[in-house]
Amino acid sequence: MTNSALRKWAWVHKWSSLVSTIFLLMLCITGLPLIFHHEIDDLLHETAHPAEVVPDTRPANLDGILEKVHERYPGKVIQFVSWDDDEPGVLYLSINDSVAADPLTNQFARFDANTGAFLDEPDFSGRFTMIMYRLHTDMYAGLPGKLFLGLMGLFFVAAIVSGVLIYGPFMRKLNFGEIRQNRARPVRWLDWHNFLGIVVVAWTLVVGATGILNTWADLVIKVWQYTQLTEMLGAGKDKPVPKKLASLEDAVKLAREKLPDMEPQTVAFPGTVFAGPAHYVIFFRGNTPLTSRLLKPVVIDGETGAFTDMRDMPWFVTTLLVSKPLHFGDYGGMTLKIIWAILDLVTIVILVTGLYLWIARRRAPADQALELALPSIERSPA
Amino acid sequence: MSRPILTKSPLRKIYTLPTVIAVVSGVGLVFALLGDGVWDVMSWLAVGLPLGVAAWVWSRTIERPRSG
Repeated sequence: MTNSALRKWAWVHKWSSLVSTIFLLMLCITGLPLIFHHEIDDLLHETAHPAEVVPDTRPANLDGILEKVHERYPGKVIQFVSWDDDEPGVLYLSINDSVAADPLTNQFARFDANTGAFLDEPDFSGRFTMIMYRLHTDMYAGLPGKLFLGLMGLFFVAAIVSGVLIYGPFMRKLNFGEIRQNRARPVRWLDWHNFLGIVVVAWTLVVGATGILNTWADLVIKVWQYTQLTEMLGAGKDKPVPKKLASLEDAVKLAREKLPDMEPQTVAFPGTVFAGPAHYVIFFRGNTPLTSRLLKPVVIDGETGAFTDMRDMPWFVTTLLVSKPLHFGDYGGMTLKIIWAILDLVTIVILVTGLYLWIARRRAPADQALELALPSIERSPA
Repeated sequence: MSRPILTKSPLRKIYTLPTVIAVVSGVGLVFALLGDGVWDVMSWLAVGLPLGVAAWVWSRTIERPRSG
């Protein structure tokens, strides 16, 4: 690397960091409890649990559960039925005034999938984890908020890449992991910043990049709706919402027969954003840690209950789905979550020391400034 | 004036260990996606490697505190 290239990368590192640090700090702080959102929710909120059942118990008839929902919420409609990923035996029902209503305004009812009994109606909106989630994903600003945080993520990745490139020149006279204990505080923190930054670089890059991908989720889903979903619906894309829906139990049974090695994960009801106006879309997932994150949509006619189409998700949806666990760290048990949390804390240290070094460098007396500057730049004429 | 400031060999030496750690921890991120049980354990070890290295560096600074 030439001296001038080095200066350029140092400039990129400084400005990409300065622009994004405050938002990255917010993301690291709000992301920390989100790693444990399930445990925190269990701790803070009363939740009913499904009855213990012997393995291979026949699940309750879905139509019976839908009937109970209609009795309990007269005049309301069901948008989605989901099988809980974290707690087997729990069915989530998303309920709203109309199928076309914004899913963000849905209310939820949980049912025991085996006994068909009503469990509870969790209200996520005021929960600590939901506040953290909204701050973390869109800062309560919807799609523009998401895209803005995605942009900050891009700056973060630029800061990491430029940081790696200027790491070498900084380390020419130091061994790996060497902290100059006897030097002034800024020098010591510079050594910590460089060491921690380079040692966790794979994780920060992966979590940064997958975080950016997640900010585009809404757009990815829109593209999927306009491409694959529209193709699968065919002529059915212009049909009106049926007055009376075909049996959900039969629809899921039919779809299960088509995909015996997969499990249903979510049913989108006709008229909702993830379905056709007159068709159910049932999303199936696989059974391994990786394939359980991937979805396969099955389209069932909402009026006749006939099988219409099923396909693998296109690559851009699959990429999004795979990026989620790699961002959340929720795919390797509690141990991985704890490692995720410590790496998050290390990232906070890197961000704070970076900010501190920027301030220290500006304030430093001339002799110290030399040590904090890049080893090569210090020798080149100003 | 632009002049090459880094000869090849020291730079390679500087980046060797960080590259090994980045590759191991990066591959480890995928392990837990591939399966449960032993895959999870391998993932913990690999993704946790940077933390182990950081803990080792930290312990050295505590053992050899600042002198003057």
